[in-house]
Amino acid sequence: MRFQPVIGLEVHVQLKTDTKIFCGCSTKFGAAPNSQTCPVCLGMPGALPVLNKKVVEFAIRAGLATNCRIAPRSVFARKNYFYPDLPKGYQISQFELPICQNGHLDIEVTDLNSISSGCQGGKEEATRAYSDVRRGADDEVNAGRRLKANSVKRIGITRIHMEEDAGKLVHSDIPGLGSGSGVDLNRACTPLLEIVSEPDIRSADEAVAYLRKLHQIVVYLGICDGNMEEGSFRCDANVSVMPVGSTTFGTRTETKNVNSFRFVKQAIEYEIERQIELIGEGGKVVQETRLFDPGTGETRSMRGKEEAHDYRYFPDPDLVPLVISNDWVADVALSLPELPEARRSRYRSELGLSDYDAEVLTATREMAEYFEACIALGAPAKGAANWVMGEVTRTLNEAGKGIAECPVTPERLTALLQLIEKGTISGKIAKTVFDEMWSSDKAPEAIVEEKGLVQVSDTGEIERIIDEIMAANMGQVEEFRGGKEKVFGFFVGQVMRASKGKANPAVVNELLMKKLKGA
Amino acid sequence: MKITKAEVDAVALLARLELTPEETETFTGQMDAILAYVEKLNELDTSGIVPTSHAVPVENAFRDDEVRPSIGVENALANAPDRVEGFFRVPKVIE
Repeated sequence: MRFQPVIGLEVHVQLKTDTKIFCGCSTKFGAAPNSQTCPVCLGMPGALPVLNKKVVEFAIRAGLATNCRIAPRSVFARKNYFYPDLPKGYQISQFELPICQNGHLDIEVTDLNSISSGCQGGKEEATRAYSDVRRGADDEVNAGRRLKANSVKRIGITRIHMEEDAGKLVHSDIPGLGSGSGVDLNRACTPLLEIVSEPDIRSADEAVAYLRKLHQIVVYLGICDGNMEEGSFRCDANVSVMPVGSTTFGTRTETKNVNSFRFVKQAIEYEIERQIELIGEGGKVVQETRLFDPGTGETRSMRGKEEAHDYRYFPDPDLVPLVISNDWVADVALSLPELPEARRSRYRSELGLSDYDAEVLTATREMAEYFEACIALGAPAKGAANWVMGEVTRTLNEAGKGIAECPVTPERLTALLQLIEKGTISGKIAKTVFDEMWSSDKAPEAIVEEKGLVQVSDTGEIERIIDEIMAANMGQVEEFRGGKEKVFGFFVGQVMRASKGKANPAVVNELLMKKLKGA
Repeated sequence: MKITKAEVDAVALLARLELTPEETETFTGQMDAILAYVEKLNELDTSGIVPTSHAVPVENAFRDDEVRPSIGVENALANAPDRVEGFFRVPKVIE
């Protein structure tokens, strides 16, 4: 039997506010345990929550950027369960009336029909065939260095709602902890958005493409720091499989809290194979919560600690309904930054950049803004693109820095690019100048002057060098004239070296060709 | 009967209440009477009426995103039955 996986994702996005969602305690990461708490987030009797307005604004931003309808009226609800990290015995969330609904994201997917299926035959064959297809897909991705965008697929977003996070449980590394667990409530009441997709995703790769896109958007929007290691962007994956051609979904499992793109891919692939194998053996998938173990790449059942889910949601009487006017939505819409997709198409149409360049330059908002600052200062688009993606990125990576900390400002990079454009220096010399700019505050013009790096375009001087080199290498000159044109590269190299890289390459090429041909 | 003993036991579990068989019996009878009484409301036609989440017509109570002082670790832990190194200590959970 051939199987088709069906995947839906729930993403928790921690919002980048200064304070918690219902109280004024700081949300700063890494503070001493329980030092950022107050009666509200500790769940003291009688303490009343008051909604942080910025959380609402951030939720509207997320909703607009994912094509959702913003609800004119939404309500907070209590989700009731007991766990030591939840001081009130309920989590304030939204249930029936969430703030955003009916959105979508378009992702680019590779067309690999077989990616999601097993093949005819027994369960071993089925899982093996599936793995083979998977490996094939990986190779293709590796060979192309990035996903080839064969088609666009729309993933529905069911809803986005606001809620508070729980506290943190610590099971080890506390002196004197003994056999207990420690509870730190600094994180309790931290604002989250939960973004729930439709079960429209059909493979682990599509899931990762969707998550990357969503991650890029929330970071661009400035509503989330995107730090997956610290848990600012985490994902639960609902996975089921059904026979190809079926319209009835199989029983799904939910794999919790997977916090890297790689782990999401691993967890989903493991879960698909496990379910196909289970069904192949005549077994049944049980609806349950599973935990991903990054050490083994496997998921395991959490059945032991699970209670019958009955959250008994009801509207929270402590919080009044949230009414959002059209004006408010319009104001937020006006303040939205340009999103990566819009930027990419503008780079292609207005700046004439390639798909690849546009994609790399918009990978982060910081990089796109750095690049655009150069363009605004008059840098040539293609040159700026090449330098930002090449020399600038490479040097930043080596130094372990982000582009926001780049010591070479857009002003100085643009000045450098203009020196190349005017022919004052060659691209090669520019790299030397760039290195010098990296470690000093000097303007590129000053460096060029100081070090005597001005490009030599003076034909007289270049001719003199060419003559010397030809005289010293008569053997190669004969070879060239005998038809071995490859030797040309050797002469170019010699001339450039003799001029210490300062000779204008275009002039060198032209003069060399003329002289070698014996003109 | 509006409610069964099994349902009362399920609710008790969710509320972390330990009931004796006699208590389950008593509460089942009491809750049954309450539900039968409340059932009367179902006689009203409420189609076309928006569900009420709040009795008072107030909306949009906000605060600005400005940090206010927390109460300090000592105060936070003052009522804790058990503590260790600035943490609340609870019986071991997980694994």
